[in-house]
Amino acid sequence: MRAPKKALLFFILPFGLLFTAFYLAPILYAIKQSLYRVERTGTFGPAVEVFGGLTQYQRVFADGPFWESIGRVLLFGVVQVPVMLGLALLLALLLDSGLVKGRRFFRLAFFVPYAVPGVVAAIMWGFLYSPSLSPFDAVTGNVDLLSADLVLWSMANVVTWVYVGYNMLIIYSSLLAIPQEVYEAARIDGAGAIRTAWAIKIPLVMPAIVLTTVFSIIGTLQLLAEPQVFRTFSSAVSSTYTPNLTVYSTSSIPNFHLAAAFSVVLALATCLLSFAFLKVTQRGGDK
Amino acid sequence: MKRVTPMVVMGAATFYFLIPIWWLFVAASKSRSEFTGTTPLWFADFALTDNLGELFAYRDGVFLRWMLNSVVYTGGAALLGTILAAMCGYALAKYRFRGREAIFNVILGGVLVPATALALPLFLIFSRFEATNTFWSVFLPSLVNPFGVYLARIYAGASVPDELLEASRLDGSGEIRTFFTISSRLMFPALVTIFLFHFVAVWNNFLLPLIMLGEERLFPVTLGLYTWNTQVNQLPELRMLVLTGALVSIVPLVIAFLLLQRFWRNGLGSGAIK
Repeated sequence: MRAPKKALLFFILPFGLLFTAFYLAPILYAIKQSLYRVERTGTFGPAVEVFGGLTQYQRVFADGPFWESIGRVLLFGVVQVPVMLGLALLLALLLDSGLVKGRRFFRLAFFVPYAVPGVVAAIMWGFLYSPSLSPFDAVTGNVDLLSADLVLWSMANVVTWVYVGYNMLIIYSSLLAIPQEVYEAARIDGAGAIRTAWAIKIPLVMPAIVLTTVFSIIGTLQLLAEPQVFRTFSSAVSSTYTPNLTVYSTSSIPNFHLAAAFSVVLALATCLLSFAFLKVTQRGGDK
Repeated sequence: MKRVTPMVVMGAATFYFLIPIWWLFVAASKSRSEFTGTTPLWFADFALTDNLGELFAYRDGVFLRWMLNSVVYTGGAALLGTILAAMCGYALAKYRFRGREAIFNVILGGVLVPATALALPLFLIFSRFEATNTFWSVFLPSLVNPFGVYLARIYAGASVPDELLEASRLDGSGEIRTFFTISSRLMFPALVTIFLFHFVAVWNNFLLPLIMLGEERLFPVTLGLYTWNTQVNQLPELRMLVLTGALVSIVPLVIAFLLLQRFWRNGLGSGAIK
């Protein structure tokens, strides 16, 4: 349909302006800031911003703790995302299998943690992990869940706890959208519940799984609230524990130019990773 | 046997998902001395009302102020943001014009840009105008939700037939009136889904208020609870306030989520399949 210009402007302009001001402008501004550096004449001279080319990026790439933190969240993602989505898929398939009574109750129960914001979830689990306060003192008395070795996985558990229900719901919704006729042939062939799930259901809900994976990858690289909160519970979480914590602590020094460069690199890495994942899975689907 | 294993799995999962919330409820009902001395998963003397009274009275009721802030930040931004995203997505779905695909692709690219990457540059821009540490510095950026535009375009394409728009044009109704009286009604279930997505995104965005806000009275409840929690070691009496506050902060959301759950299911399904 063609539209009168006025109406078109009315529909698109409000969002367009806000998107430009609060999405595009910050991105461009971050890139610009990352190309500058502060120069002082003498130790106490006035600070002047001068064009620095790629100096900040050299510092980013030479920054050991930053790349360690990237490695940490990647390790986190490689383990946590499959565990979380595997659990979500299993629960969705069970809900859909007809083998379970009280489906409505379970669906609601699994979804409740999603209503808990990351900060509050982290505070709650922080208490549950601490040896003196935890109801699970049989565990926390013997294993220090907040130690340097384990705290990453303790956080992985918090993220998993919050998001399994949400991902399950996405997968479950697309399971419900599969027309019943698809199962006829399987039933005639005498395929059991597990075989039906494996050979029919999982391939059909693959788009939903891809979608949830991309969102999870984006989320993992952005990890902030959980480690930030855990810093009060565990000394093992440093101020550069995740990339976003690095951005935050660099900007509170304050070194905005370097922090902007960190932001740009992180945003690019996130885009590339989700884009690469989308491409790889699409190619797999073409075969 | 065939039915036992699935039920056991479901039971274990229910336990995992609900026990922390049960613990929080029990913990928030205890007095400070009983919190450490009694069984963590069962009630002692029920002191929830005392704790609530203390929480709401602490420092002139700053907690209630935080709750109110959160409602305005998240509810307001999600409501307004959903309308804006719906209008834009609708126009991109229903009208043909030059540059349509280009605009859509730029917005779609925005979906892949993590919101936290924007927080720092937003802070720098707002500080140019000396507008950091204000209500607007958190509210305005929270209005923008490119994923909402993406969803609105899909839903508008699927649920608003062209014939209907042509018919209302013949009836002499303007495009804008048609949108608000007819199309938005057809899109309503989808709009609730976009609203919920947006709501959660703003509710969970922690870095933006953390970077932007210095004044306590402007904090959303998540930032407020976070600040209290960092002070627990110096001020031990804050611990019970953090726990009670955590409980209070999630109750309205849990109720809202449970009431609106069918919208999640329907909306997410159609969004994920495309």
